[in-house]
Amino acid sequence: MEASLESVGAAGARTGPAAHPRLAEAAALWWREGVSDRTLRRDERRWTAWTVWVVLAFALPGALLLYIELLAFPAAALCVAHAWAIPWLQAGRGARSAPSLGALQSEDEELGESDRVALGLLADLVGHRERDLLGRSGHAVQRGELGVWVLGEQGAFLVRPGGRRVDCWCVRIGEPDGLPPADRVAHLLLALREDEAGFATVANMNFSGAVWRVRGRLGERTRIALDAARKSARER
Amino acid sequence: MARLIRLDRTGHTTLAEWTAGTDAGTEEAIEAFSAELERGMIGSTVHADGTAEVVRELPLDAELVVMRRPIAGG
Repeated sequence: MEASLESVGAAGARTGPAAHPRLAEAAALWWREGVSDRTLRRDERRWTAWTVWVVLAFALPGALLLYIELLAFPAAALCVAHAWAIPWLQAGRGARSAPSLGALQSEDEELGESDRVALGLLADLVGHRERDLLGRSGHAVQRGELGVWVLGEQGAFLVRPGGRRVDCWCVRIGEPDGLPPADRVAHLLLALREDEAGFATVANMNFSGAVWRVRGRLGERTRIALDAARKSARER
Repeated sequence: MARLIRLDRTGHTTLAEWTAGTDAGTEEAIEAFSAELERGMIGSTVHADGTAEVVRELPLDAELVVMRRPIAGG
């Protein structure tokens, strides 16, 4: 049951974009457009255009105010602050998409028996090479056709080929009541391996942009997983 | 020995075990699999190369079959 990044790449070939989703959850969302590399690139361009628009919409009036009247500096500074803050907040929302294992539990909370059992199964599922990464980062890293996925308890990051852009996704278990955190990640990992395009169709993208914009907002453990995914995405 | 497990609040529960190529345990495994499908669970077989596949009938030649809950967008 062990899989390395390389063998997961082979899995990616099986999980490539499909016209008819194999994932039951994706098939139920018949009104949604299926995700493919083409639709992802289109959506990424929209995110970039939106970010540029937000920056220009606030920065240009600020510059104009300064040009007209230097004493309008406070108002101009407010405009520039908005131009910086809105993309910063959006990147922060993306960074919170995929908390690492245990990040949602309090520090005092000890691992119970069910947590250990779930963690053992997840470690078996990710395979030998990713097991160490799972232990250090609290994330399962899975290579696919669309890029390299970093799975957390309630979402995922997708580092696109080349390693410069990351898409952030909200995706969770429909009825998670009582499931140990590692089981939640195992659910997402299985669904992703069953049908990558279907998985992306079910998930909701809440941010897309340069990796550095998200990386700076992540905790140390998640950063380890993102860096590993980025390295793998560059090797493609 | 092949296993049918369910991801649940205990981590996971082994629902059935059977030996491929023999009748030992297969009937119980098929019944347990059907019961889980009726509860809305999704069957996923995990291959040796790390890939997974949705199954609607219990693959008796599989090493591990996992019953999971449906996922949804956040």
